[in-house]
Amino acid sequence: MAASNHTVLQFSSSNTLSAKIHPLVIFNICDCYVRRPDQAERVIGTLLGSVLPDGTVDIRNSYAVPHNESGDQVALEIEYHHTMLLSHQKVNPKEVIVGWYSTGLGVTGGSALIHEFYSREVSNPIHLTVDTGFADGEGTIKAFVSNNLSLGDQQISAHFQEIPLDLRMVEAERIGFDNLKSTYVDKIPSDLEGMEASMTHLLALIDDTYKYVDDVVEGRVIPDNNIGKCISDAVGSLPKIPSSAFDKLVNDSLQDHSLMLYLSSITRTQLSLAEKLNTAAQIL
Amino acid sequence: MATANTTRSFLQAVATEEVATPLRHVQMEGLVILKIIKHCKDHSPSLVTGQLLGLDVGSTLEVTNCFPFPMREEDEEIEADGANYQLEMMRCLREVNVDNNTVGWYQSTLLGSYQTVELIETFMNYQENIRRCVCIIYDPSRADQGVLALKALKLSDSFMELYRSNNFTGEKLREKNLSWVDIFEEIPIKVSNSALISAFMTELEPETPVTQCDYDRLQLSTSSLMERNMEFLIECMDDLSVEQQKLQFHYRSLSRQQAQQQAWLQKRRSENATRRAAGEEPLPEEDPANPIFKPLPEPSRLESFLITNQISNYCNQINGVAGQSFNRLYLMKALHDE
Repeated sequence: MAASNHTVLQFSSSNTLSAKIHPLVIFNICDCYVRRPDQAERVIGTLLGSVLPDGTVDIRNSYAVPHNESGDQVALEIEYHHTMLLSHQKVNPKEVIVGWYSTGLGVTGGSALIHEFYSREVSNPIHLTVDTGFADGEGTIKAFVSNNLSLGDQQISAHFQEIPLDLRMVEAERIGFDNLKSTYVDKIPSDLEGMEASMTHLLALIDDTYKYVDDVVEGRVIPDNNIGKCISDAVGSLPKIPSSAFDKLVNDSLQDHSLMLYLSSITRTQLSLAEKLNTAAQIL
Repeated sequence: MATANTTRSFLQAVATEEVATPLRHVQMEGLVILKIIKHCKDHSPSLVTGQLLGLDVGSTLEVTNCFPFPMREEDEEIEADGANYQLEMMRCLREVNVDNNTVGWYQSTLLGSYQTVELIETFMNYQENIRRCVCIIYDPSRADQGVLALKALKLSDSFMELYRSNNFTGEKLREKNLSWVDIFEEIPIKVSNSALISAFMTELEPETPVTQCDYDRLQLSTSSLMERNMEFLIECMDDLSVEQQKLQFHYRSLSRQQAQQQAWLQKRRSENATRRAAGEEPLPEEDPANPIFKPLPEPSRLESFLITNQISNYCNQINGVAGQSFNRLYLMKALHDE
């Protein structure tokens, strides 16, 4: 009886989750921000993706949703949001709404309203903020979940809690940061150019290791056991094959590939020969 | 001079723009590349397509955005649905100020086996509506090798002319001097990014000097890729020999027909000679009703041209992979020697 008279300040609990972001999402947000309407201060949009088995939210896609902001009011074009969602689901039914994004640094006043709207679409949405203005000079990208703060049965406010965000972008690495970092790249690197770049990387790494080992041996650097272990692991991972066997392996492989090269060039010769014969053949 | 320029009317400006400059570059936004890769990879190994949006600026075609098409279905109703989807998507994207101009399409491919009649047909369809369009080909299977296999293609003008008249006989090809190399033109791709994205990427670039790409490139085993490449190559060779046989068959029947014609003519001539000797009117030396004078249709060379293109593509890939492997092997050897 006494308990019912008490009003308790409650934080609705939520599991600590984390989010992982696909580079495409950041590109998309930036593009939308660059193309925002004249007076708009920020862009807002929907995040699509899936929840991985371990609870990590995988943000894989996004689209902007037009909105109007005047004073405290935020009007989102809900119809647009729904058409776009339907279109996206036609292509990839596995991607569902996981949250929403907004440009700007951190959470602002209107965010709670929009967040509430998205809470109706999906339980526990993620709010991603991308600081496209570089307000603190860093271009901060943050992800939040909202906790409801309620007094008794009455909800009084929402509390945005930051969650860890995984910004490692394996997909972007595949294209190469060189292609994405600069504003203008003259041409896409070919097979062998890419190989050259990789070898340069490898060489630099080996040089670094040499330098470190030398420095340790000479006593210039305080040895670190962990680094030492890593180096010995790396050296140990090289298979110990007697050099005759190794030579045979390498030579066999080289020969195989030479054969392939030979075959492909003979095919090409054949092709050009056949073409000459085919088009030149004239019935007399 | 300057005043003459400024007083140039808008109409004049439009008129001068009409002179078509040849397409020299395709300039793609990093965003488009990422979108294409994501779409193609998500659905790999099935092949997917999508629309490219952008601007046509002078000799450069700027691709600034794109959207994927849903998986193609045979059903007609769904096809109409697809057209709706396309319109809807374009409308939606326009609302967020994305360039609303179709400049072509993209498609994924398996080991570069994209040279098909369908591709040409699609291209011709696009070409009817857009003066300048391009097809971007992405090969997800080669991404495992750390290669960004992105290609921009268009059909050559002379080929399109020939395709419209649908006349792929040996004579026509000789006349135009068109060989299989001239069907597709590859256009160099440039990549551009907005300053904002460039800033973000510089900020977010991981500290590690080695990337996933490097691991993929230095992977020693390429035999599965080679094997599949060879398989495709052999298949193509078979197809090519079938095409060759068709052609040979045609020539054989053509020469047989000509022999028959000759025989018939000889017979008619001797007949005429006897008639003339007898003082009668000679019979005409041609008889269109006779089946042996019906011209035989020559088989189209298009198919064999496309196959030849395929084969040369596989050869190129084999060369590329072999080159990479050589690099790796020598690297391995050097490491071992150390």
